[in-house]
Amino acid sequence: MSEGTVKKFMFVNRKAPYGTIYALESLEVVLISAAFDQDVSLVFMDDGVFQLKKGQQTKGIENKNFSPTYRALDGYDIEKLYVEQESLAARGLTEDDLLVDVTVMSREEMGKLMETMDVVLSF
Amino acid sequence: MGTIEVNGKSYETDEEGYLVNLGDWNEEVGAYLATTESVEMTDQHWEVINFLRDYYNEFQIAPAVRVLTKAIGKKLGPEKGTSQYLYDLFPYGPAKQACKIAGLPKPTGCV
Amino acid sequence: MLHIVNKSPLERNALDACLRVAQGGALLLTEDAVYAATRGNAAAEKITTAMAGIKVYVLGPDLDARGMTDRLLDGVTSVDYGGFVDLVAEYPTNQSWL
Repeated sequence: MSEGTVKKFMFVNRKAPYGTIYALESLEVVLISAAFDQDVSLVFMDDGVFQLKKGQQTKGIENKNFSPTYRALDGYDIEKLYVEQESLAARGLTEDDLLVDVTVMSREEMGKLMETMDVVLSF
Repeated sequence: MGTIEVNGKSYETDEEGYLVNLGDWNEEVGAYLATTESVEMTDQHWEVINFLRDYYNEFQIAPAVRVLTKAIGKKLGPEKGTSQYLYDLFPYGPAKQACKIAGLPKPTGCV
Repeated sequence: MLHIVNKSPLERNALDACLRVAQGGALLLTEDAVYAATRGNAAAEKITTAMAGIKVYVLGPDLDARGMTDRLLDGVTSVDYGGFVDLVAEYPTNQSWL
């Protein structure tokens, strides 16, 4: 991509990990997108907030535990992680249950943030 | 799919020569994989290999080159955190070649 | 009958449909459905209510994978794959709700 064309990308994650492939696919696309020096934001809402739950142990289901990879995002200069407050509350979770630092915001704030994006990709 | 043989034991590799099972790796296997890449291993090489393995254990991915370079600079000193340094050690690409020798999968986004 | 649900209660209505018609027997929650039987989940009350008439089980490895083992609702039994097989053998019929 040529210089001077930085766009605001938002990846919206709404699915729980492991039950479907969406969470892992999204993470891989995010890591690849980091190579293009764009302005990347990640949103976790609905069951997507479960992706960030601490303490995942996948040995028993013989799946790769990809939750540690969210901690690598910082090294990829992906630092804008947003979590919807209402989604956490409906699942009995708080910010302390999450394995990375995030910004928790209301659904209204989330909606406004979404409006400021150039590209929104949903997973 | 292929296999390599090291010290009388055989290990599965994919079509590009990457180890299929991460747990198969040991220093002898790493040294053998280095010969398939024509890389002569020195302490500096092993330092990068060990760094990559630690990174993988922590984050479950092989880092992109840019991320690797930055992280190496932080951990091993700024003079080593340059792509020049890493390409001198692994001429065909630090991510690609070093990951193979370290027994890791090909990095995501590395085409 | 053994009812098996594998979808998150907050994403699909499989659990609702199952609980609406189930007449006793057992309910086994697997994959993303295990979230239904965790404290604080918006669907947890449905499970608690349903337990009056149906035995509820979750597949332990699926809870572990999701980091939710320490939040299992009281009264719900966690089983391993062997326990899954035992349940299928115990009930003459089973239904996997899609």
